[in-house]
Amino acid sequence: MNSVFVYCEIEEGVVADVSLELLTKGRTLATELGVKLEAVVLGSNLKGVEKQVFPYGVDVVWVGDDKRLYPYTTLPHTSILVNLFKQEKPQIAFMGASSIGRDLGPRVSSALHSGLTADCTSLEIGDYEDKKNEKVYTNLLYQIRPAFGGNIVATIVNPDCRPQMATVREGVMKKEIFNASHQGEVKTIDVDKFTAPEDFVIHVIERHMEKSKVNLKAAPIVVAGGYGVGSKENFQLLHELAAVLGGEVGASRAAVDAGFCEHERQIGQTGVTVRPKLYIACGISGQIQHTAGMEESAMVIAINTDHNAPINKFADYVITGDLNVLIPKMIQYYKKNSK
Amino acid sequence: MKGLRIVVLAKQVPDTRNVGKDAMKADGTVNRAALPAIFNPEDLNALEQALRLKDKVEGTTVHILTMGPGRAAEIIREAMFRGADGGYLLSDRAFAGSDTLATSYALACALRNLETDLLICGRQAIDGDTAQVGPQVAEKLGLPQVTYAEDILDCTEGKITIKRRLERGIEVVEAPVPCVVTVNGSAAPCRPRNARQVMKYKYARAAQELQDVNEDYMSLLNERPYLKITEWSVNDIRCEAHELGLSGSPTKVKTIENVVFQAKEAKVLEPSDEAIDGMMKELILNHTIG
Repeated sequence: MNSVFVYCEIEEGVVADVSLELLTKGRTLATELGVKLEAVVLGSNLKGVEKQVFPYGVDVVWVGDDKRLYPYTTLPHTSILVNLFKQEKPQIAFMGASSIGRDLGPRVSSALHSGLTADCTSLEIGDYEDKKNEKVYTNLLYQIRPAFGGNIVATIVNPDCRPQMATVREGVMKKEIFNASHQGEVKTIDVDKFTAPEDFVIHVIERHMEKSKVNLKAAPIVVAGGYGVGSKENFQLLHELAAVLGGEVGASRAAVDAGFCEHERQIGQTGVTVRPKLYIACGISGQIQHTAGMEESAMVIAINTDHNAPINKFADYVITGDLNVLIPKMIQYYKKNSK
Repeated sequence: MKGLRIVVLAKQVPDTRNVGKDAMKADGTVNRAALPAIFNPEDLNALEQALRLKDKVEGTTVHILTMGPGRAAEIIREAMFRGADGGYLLSDRAFAGSDTLATSYALACALRNLETDLLICGRQAIDGDTAQVGPQVAEKLGLPQVTYAEDILDCTEGKITIKRRLERGIEVVEAPVPCVVTVNGSAAPCRPRNARQVMKYKYARAAQELQDVNEDYMSLLNERPYLKITEWSVNDIRCEAHELGLSGSPTKVKTIENVVFQAKEAKVLEPSDEAIDGMMKELILNHTIG
């Protein structure tokens, strides 16, 4: 039976977390379908890389080791995947919804004329009835993703084309060791056979990792703190919650003026205006200067010791209590309830 | 060097960023009528990169290609107000229901009508956020691609140097031209409208917009041929009908679920474990988080 494939990203010899998360999900789905889980790793100096992926339940790892494959460029990685997929005919192929996966995925799907769904938040196996053509498909991949700015959630299927391809963002799926002593098979990719010389026309002439700028406006979730947070140290809790939920940290002017948080994170009349899906206001009383910058948030959670704080008028959830107790609980129960 | 012939791929999209509480109907579904149609934001960043090359390299032309209904000619005009030389509207019912692959196929077929040195587009459109059309057009045309571009640093005969912004760093790459460049929202914002360009092009129209015009306008159009926005239907591009629209789309939408926002009545929670547990479960269930 046709396997589930995961393209593994590699940075400085280490397989990316997003790839390990996809291997974890891929293992579950492969077991459900009764097929093998196969990984593809392309890069340079990859000796021993299989040891990083076997514990996640990989049955076969395909390794393409060539100094021209690192750092990543689009065309050679595309050619290898296209040729490998033509040869191996996987039924499902996953990539990270990262700057690599979102560059590579569409190119591969176009070359193979297979459907690709970007940024899935959930992947399941299920059946599909094509009512128009009176055909029933079994064991398709349900690719579930939000669309339309998060206002709808769509389930997408690829009834006829293979592989069924999907990308998933880092942190959406859980990374979990399948079996620490699991062993698979290593297969070597003949890079020269699967690539053409004209695939190597793009040259990376400079490359360095930088801390990206704070982008509050684009954050789907904002965890904001006010003067009530009390100290710079307590603000660290907000950073932890934001990191777990995939959001950004914001602050009221009072918190910025008190030195709890950098100015670039200020929300309100004299800061930025945000419209996230979820705004978690911690220790913010809710003066109009602040609420002007967040009142269009789709959902608001207010955490405050004052049950009459003006912020509560904007809130969907009001919790009266100490944020030093409540935030760790939120992290704990988010982790418990998310996949 | 001689001027570049640049085509910017752009899309008119509903403004999903401004889905405030008024844009949701009582049943929790999206009130599309309350959303204005706008120039896809990252396509404006792409236009700016094209216009900068036009400023730098004499003889460069910038044209927009968009696929959509007649109304989408609005964004071609908007681009002309900001400095583009003209545009092409690809419009036909045959394209309805296209997924990204069928869209890319139609755009690639239309692009074969044009001679192009450089294709620039936004990284992704805000109604779908897929970031797939740029790379898929590149693949269909057999061109290299540079995605996540933040700044086109240099473009000389046959070679383009581009700074890319990735999630954890930056990269500078050299690519041959022609190629496809997709531009990030972190790139320079687009310049505003230019008053002279607005005066020049305010009567520019695509064929679908000419249904109700009077004779005076038609004589104006004859005098000023640059006011005509070229419109192409499926008959004006060389393509296979089965690759278009729904039949050319490998992905099918099985179900759509509207994210229902609750009535604005705050739930007051006790600071207990059970209450926090319940709240997190609700937020995950209604897709607010996770």
